[in-house]
Amino acid sequence: MRETMIRALCAAVLSLGFALGAQAQQEVKIGVLYPLTGPAASSGAEMKNALELAADIINNGAKGVAGLPFANGGGLPNLKGAKIKLVFADHQGNPQTGATEAERLISQEKVAALVGAYNSNVTATASQVAERYQVPFLNPESSSASLTQRGFKWFFRTTPHDDLFVHNFFDFLKELEAKKKVKVGAIATFNENTLWGNETTKLEAKLAPDFGYAIVKQLTYPAKSTQLTSEVQTLKAASPSLVMQSSYLGDALLSMKTYKELGFAPDMILANNAGFTDTEFIKTLGKDAEYVITREVWALDLANRNPLIKEVNALYNSRHKANFTGNSSRTFTGLMVIADAINRAKSTEPEAVRKALTETNLPADALIMPWKGVKFDATGQNVLGRGILVQIVGGTYHTVYPFDLATQDVIWPMPKWDQRK
Amino acid sequence: MTAEILLQTLASGVLIGLIYALVAIGLTMIFGVMDIVNFAHGEFLMLGMYASFWLFALFALDPMLTLPLTVLMLFAFGVLLYKLVIRRIIDAPMLSQIFTTFGLMILLRGAAQFLWKPDFRSIENTWVSGSVKLFGIQLGQPQLAAGLGAIVVTWGVHQFLTRTKLGAALEATAADKEAAQLMGIDSHRMFALAWGIGAACAGAAGVLLATFFPIFPEVGANFILLAFVVVNLGGFGSVTGAFWAGILVGVIEVMGGLLLGPQYKLAVVLVLFLGVLMFRPQGLMGKA
Repeated sequence: MRETMIRALCAAVLSLGFALGAQAQQEVKIGVLYPLTGPAASSGAEMKNALELAADIINNGAKGVAGLPFANGGGLPNLKGAKIKLVFADHQGNPQTGATEAERLISQEKVAALVGAYNSNVTATASQVAERYQVPFLNPESSSASLTQRGFKWFFRTTPHDDLFVHNFFDFLKELEAKKKVKVGAIATFNENTLWGNETTKLEAKLAPDFGYAIVKQLTYPAKSTQLTSEVQTLKAASPSLVMQSSYLGDALLSMKTYKELGFAPDMILANNAGFTDTEFIKTLGKDAEYVITREVWALDLANRNPLIKEVNALYNSRHKANFTGNSSRTFTGLMVIADAINRAKSTEPEAVRKALTETNLPADALIMPWKGVKFDATGQNVLGRGILVQIVGGTYHTVYPFDLATQDVIWPMPKWDQRK
Repeated sequence: MTAEILLQTLASGVLIGLIYALVAIGLTMIFGVMDIVNFAHGEFLMLGMYASFWLFALFALDPMLTLPLTVLMLFAFGVLLYKLVIRRIIDAPMLSQIFTTFGLMILLRGAAQFLWKPDFRSIENTWVSGSVKLFGIQLGQPQLAAGLGAIVVTWGVHQFLTRTKLGAALEATAADKEAAQLMGIDSHRMFALAWGIGAACAGAAGVLLATFFPIFPEVGANFILLAFVVVNLGGFGSVTGAFWAGILVGVIEVMGGLLLGPQYKLAVVLVLFLGVLMFRPQGLMGKA
């Protein structure tokens, strides 16, 4: 009698163990690190929306996006339909907070992988923690080139990085000169002074002479400025024909207003994404945002060439009454890539996921990006990514470069402030 | 570097400095009267900005028109905050006071983000947009209006303190709380008044800024650091000191940026801050 009871008890405990095991398999926890409060909170909210949409598509499916992997829903098929569970952490744009939160996600939340973190400097510290704990870190949108030059084994980046983007700028200028028979004169660089802006400055200074352009002024400024008068005055005094600018949203808005106020009008402002491609940029500046050319990683008019972009964007728009941006589309793609890897790994075991990531090979038509695909090299960098340039005309972004993807001819130079309608 | 550029930069520095002064005056007044450092002061500025934004967005009322209304609202908010929260910590240890106002800062920021989203907003096409040319230099009309507005408000506060009985009572409380109480001045009423005026000044600065500066929940952070420098430079508790120090900081910031390079502009201001702390800790016009 006693023996039977013990046996029954053992069986119960065992089956409980199995049940727990099965339970655990139904959910794949992914830690996502974004600036949900702080200066970049507005971009953070956008990326959070994109992540939730991606997770929802994978878990519950969506209609009208047949070309997208996991569009049928039902979780990850190779993990018995395990659902993606996003565990959000707010790093406030602060590298220390980013590292602490990464540690919390890994050691307390036991996430299978980390996705984040937008700000390059936060990505740098957070991915260091992931590297130490040997957990895969997928970075969808930080473009600082050095991130993939650290010899990390657990770091993967889907977006093209700044080296490539800055290269794109100069390629564009060369091709533009040939195509439109214009002459691009002296360049001024105007970048915010965190990791991202400083590295961009260095790169621009390095590449300009190689392409035969002179840099007449190199300026960096603190992003949390209350005014940019001295900066714009210095620019004005140098009178460049082209300004290459890297700014986050607040300072991008402030600089544009100061340009107008002080009547600073170079032939073109060639902006480096971020603030210039935030949804609020055109909304806030209205017609004062016109003619600016900014590098982008995504544009809605690319839908003319890739129907998937239109479909997924429609889905996003129906929920959030806004279109995808370069940030949110990349973040969305980032989650899709990590989901694909975990699915192929058939497990959430870190080494298996890492191995699957190194074997990633997504074709262009499974993505909502203008890339040739996703495939990582030994440093963890996606080698099939590429950037585009868009120009603001009539209150929307139009792809103007590469010329084979362009939907509109580039307007060059931009008119002076007093000659605008 | 031409004279025109120098003059232009100087003018911009004075104009932004006037805004710093207005923010700092509220801060210095609260400190002067009751020795409490208000870390949530930048959030009063933010609330002032949002108040003018919503009045503009919902009722199409120009910020310049709603300035008195917003100032009144902020005054009421300051008094309310005093009665609900600050009153309870007047005799608490300094650390508790710091944590209280610091907590208020986080609460107000969080509330703004929750209620109004973290989006950047702005008010376009107000009565004061575009720029004017004065003596060969280009001045943004919003900045010009903000500078003038700051002067008017500061002058008003100064008149109130020096010309009215209530103002004198406030100054008396600042000078010696116990003695003032013995003379029949209700110190709680004076404290509430200081919070009201302090919040109203920051609110006014917010309204004046709202015509040209993006509006977002964290906007106070951009100004509060400089406001502390200004208060320190002018002398804790000194309204006139804060006024001149505000202009000084504005000018030093832009001129330092222009002459030494923009990457050093905050460094220049903060070195000045350290210098004052070391050699004249009571500030330029503070009581020793």
